[in-house]
Amino acid sequence: MTGLQQFDLVIIGAGPAGMAAAREAGEAGLNTLILDEQPRAGGQIYRNIGRPILQDRSILGQDYYAGETLLAGLSHVLVTHVANATVWDVTTDNTLSFSVKGISRQVGFKKLLLATGAQERPVPFPGWTLPGVMTCGAAQILLKSSGLTPTGPLVIAGSGPLLLLIACQLIRAGVRIEAIVDTTPTSNYRRALKEIFGAIKGWRYLLKGARMLNEIRRSGVRYYKSATELTAESGSDGNLVSVSFRKGSVHHQLPCKTLLVHQGVIPNTQLGRALELEHQWDEVQQCWKPTLSENGCSSHPDIFIAGDSGGIGGAIVAEIQGRIVAKEIAYQLNQEGAAVIGIDQLRKTLDDQLAIRPFLDHLYRPLDMFLRPQGEIIVCRCEEVTAAEIRGLTQHGCVGPNQTKAFCRSGMGPCQGRQCGATVTALLADELGKSPEEVGYYHIRFPIKPVSLGELAGLSQSDA
Amino acid sequence: MAADFSFNRLPCHERAEVEITVEGQKIFALEGETVAAAVMHAGLRPTRTTPVSGSGRAPYCMMGVCFDCLMNIDGKPNTQACMTEVREGMVITVQTGAREVSGGDV
Amino acid sequence: MTESVRLNRGSSDVAVIGGGLVGLCIALGIQRQGQQVTVYDEGDIALRASRGNFGLVWVQGKGDNLPAYTRITRLSAKLWGGLAEDLTQHTGIDIQLQQRGGLFVCLSESELNSRQQMLEKMAAEHPQGYPFDVLDLQQLRELIPEIGPEVAGATWGPEDGHVNPLYLLRALVARFESLGGKLVNAGQVSNIIPKKSQFVLQSEQGEFSCNKVVLTAGLGNKSLGPMVGIDAPVFPNRGQVLIAERVKPFLNYPTGHVRQTVEGTVQCGDSKEDVGFDTGTTTDVLAQIAHRATTMFPLLKDVNLIRSWGALRIMTPDGNPVYQQSEQYPGAYLVTCHSGVTLAAAHAGPIADWIATGIADPAIDLEKFHGSRFQL
Repeated sequence: MTGLQQFDLVIIGAGPAGMAAAREAGEAGLNTLILDEQPRAGGQIYRNIGRPILQDRSILGQDYYAGETLLAGLSHVLVTHVANATVWDVTTDNTLSFSVKGISRQVGFKKLLLATGAQERPVPFPGWTLPGVMTCGAAQILLKSSGLTPTGPLVIAGSGPLLLLIACQLIRAGVRIEAIVDTTPTSNYRRALKEIFGAIKGWRYLLKGARMLNEIRRSGVRYYKSATELTAESGSDGNLVSVSFRKGSVHHQLPCKTLLVHQGVIPNTQLGRALELEHQWDEVQQCWKPTLSENGCSSHPDIFIAGDSGGIGGAIVAEIQGRIVAKEIAYQLNQEGAAVIGIDQLRKTLDDQLAIRPFLDHLYRPLDMFLRPQGEIIVCRCEEVTAAEIRGLTQHGCVGPNQTKAFCRSGMGPCQGRQCGATVTALLADELGKSPEEVGYYHIRFPIKPVSLGELAGLSQSDA
Repeated sequence: MAADFSFNRLPCHERAEVEITVEGQKIFALEGETVAAAVMHAGLRPTRTTPVSGSGRAPYCMMGVCFDCLMNIDGKPNTQACMTEVREGMVITVQTGAREVSGGDV
Repeated sequence: MTESVRLNRGSSDVAVIGGGLVGLCIALGIQRQGQQVTVYDEGDIALRASRGNFGLVWVQGKGDNLPAYTRITRLSAKLWGGLAEDLTQHTGIDIQLQQRGGLFVCLSESELNSRQQMLEKMAAEHPQGYPFDVLDLQQLRELIPEIGPEVAGATWGPEDGHVNPLYLLRALVARFESLGGKLVNAGQVSNIIPKKSQFVLQSEQGEFSCNKVVLTAGLGNKSLGPMVGIDAPVFPNRGQVLIAERVKPFLNYPTGHVRQTVEGTVQCGDSKEDVGFDTGTTTDVLAQIAHRATTMFPLLKDVNLIRSWGALRIMTPDGNPVYQQSEQYPGAYLVTCHSGVTLAAAHAGPIADWIATGIADPAIDLEKFHGSRFQL
């Protein structure tokens, strides 16, 4: 397409990976556009970092405010940052369509970097759709962007570092937590111990974890370990009133108005899927991730991926990957050997930072009840399709998620499969005795975020 | 709006206040925050009912991926409350079931 | 999987290759004649026009170059009620059939005039009657008050309707299996070997034998046909379809470009492109479809598009179906068309009966659908 504004590099997502990449790209002389859905840069981890809201900096802690330094990357003269920009289409002729406040624009690019981060793993369990149940990440976003803490009684349930972090942050903020219901299975500790070598190499992360557990212990919050059979229950008004679970042989029920849930994070692969990039199943992290070269190149030579959207590594890893990928892109576009200077050192730091992952991934692998739900548990939140219905369709000729989608509408709602995709694949794999890789994933269609028909019509030639 | 669902506000840096109307009630929100945050501060629950079964929902992910925070914002139905910043005078109502079609002339 | 090739994993009276709407309707109809049918289908990823189509049971304008096509289309539309009732009664799946008439909305006077001329010409070829109406904007507004001011008018076909094609497919599978039919996810059938009074099908899942074989593999028929001595001149024609979020009911009739489903979602489509086997979408075509849809129905402007896709129609040189038995290898049949929804009831009825019994109902003018018409 001619006539469109052209960029050397378009980066989608202004989190740690995107911001770090933007800085490198600007310094390497690339005309760079960075698009982000939020009104302010930072991604979810450094959400609102340019304008912190809480008076008490100790609540969110140093790790959050460390993100302030990344903002500098966006002020480089060659870098254009567009906020509130929702990318809804990318075509293979290197054209990208995005929407800002109801008006769509198109730009052209030589290279594209997807730095779209992670989303929390959908955790289907009985009652997870009730008003009052939300993710730990959601609670953190409310804290970072509005200074809000959840209404009580408050229970936190699930497994993973983010669960411990939000618990500590809320404790520091003086919020009363009724209980922490830790669903990490006992057997995970044994499996994780096998990865202790890497864990020792990543001792800083271990220390952080130990400090968080200590902080929770000192606070006196009730802590239920190895809990199973998590259920959220509603009152007559349809809102959450209690949470129940089993620990050992004892069944517990706690009154509850807010339940924060978490089972780890998974890469946000929506755009890569829509572009039909190659993806692979990661058995340890129990998620899909794009197939990438050492320097972050996807199966399409002009499309690169950095940060959690390429595989979960956390904020520091994302930042390093962002720099590596930007250096690689600059090298490809400028053909200047000088541009790759420093890449070896970055790779070494990256390896050190990733050393802890196998330990964490084994330790926080979710309970089976969350990965492969049964019976009347809702799997597709939008179309309200249950696990039993998806499983049953394997009896009617369905061997993949695109067939079940056609037969029962799971994945056809406004979230476009983001909340049910991983689960549907897992359920079909379970029923058919196949691997998730064999079962496959939804064919994700454009637009990857809803766009109004009027806005789309505005791009038509006949409108001019 | 049941006040006992209100999310509590911690001591914050100075921010301008924005007056908005949520389900007919005037409330104050902080400039720069999202509609989803504002209605949770106000204690609104549920914030929508589904078009499939009519069951209640409220914001779940706060980052634009679950689409459970869809509300009617300034007459525009099915708008993601967690992706929309509050603006002075904004009128927000619960999204009840399937949306109306109005033609966008609002 | 073991290395031993699973020979003759199954045999059946009739093998139907292709588990889409066409194949399943044929299979169901043959089954009703008491024959054992196996349907061989591909996996999760296949071209599948059955999944990508628009869901119209459409009569008006069909067969303007072949009166026999008009007749079989109208016959199918008449038989559709019975098919729907049978499926709903036995499977409990509501396939959402509505046949209250349909509209073809025209944006310009010249478009409306040429459409009117085409329908008048068709009416002249059907002395027993060919019902349609031409509505100006004022008359159209009485049917659809929300119609846009820039619309010129519409043609009305009382026999038109629509259905949920996905639930139709699901119901057909359920009904077929409940009657003892076998559905095999065989992957692509790579070869058909005609043997004495038998056919052997080869696929990655092994070999299967049958007495009769029916090719209903859509675009796959092009390569399968010659294996049984039939030329299948099919080629892809892409249509891009948009689907918008659920909205409260506003449109009581399907139109050629926009329809509202029972769930409330709004489908917009009807592009026709010659792009080979590319099922992708293009921003400019989607924008044109959105532009036309919002010109017809301005109230759709702020409705959100959720999904879009490209589906491949299975076209023939004259756009009409091919129904024929192989002269070289009797017992092998080709069934292909681009209107698997509209013709579903004809396929499950008279076409299946002809394959099962060898006797063709004169009402379907079978010889008119022979592929030899392309060799002139």
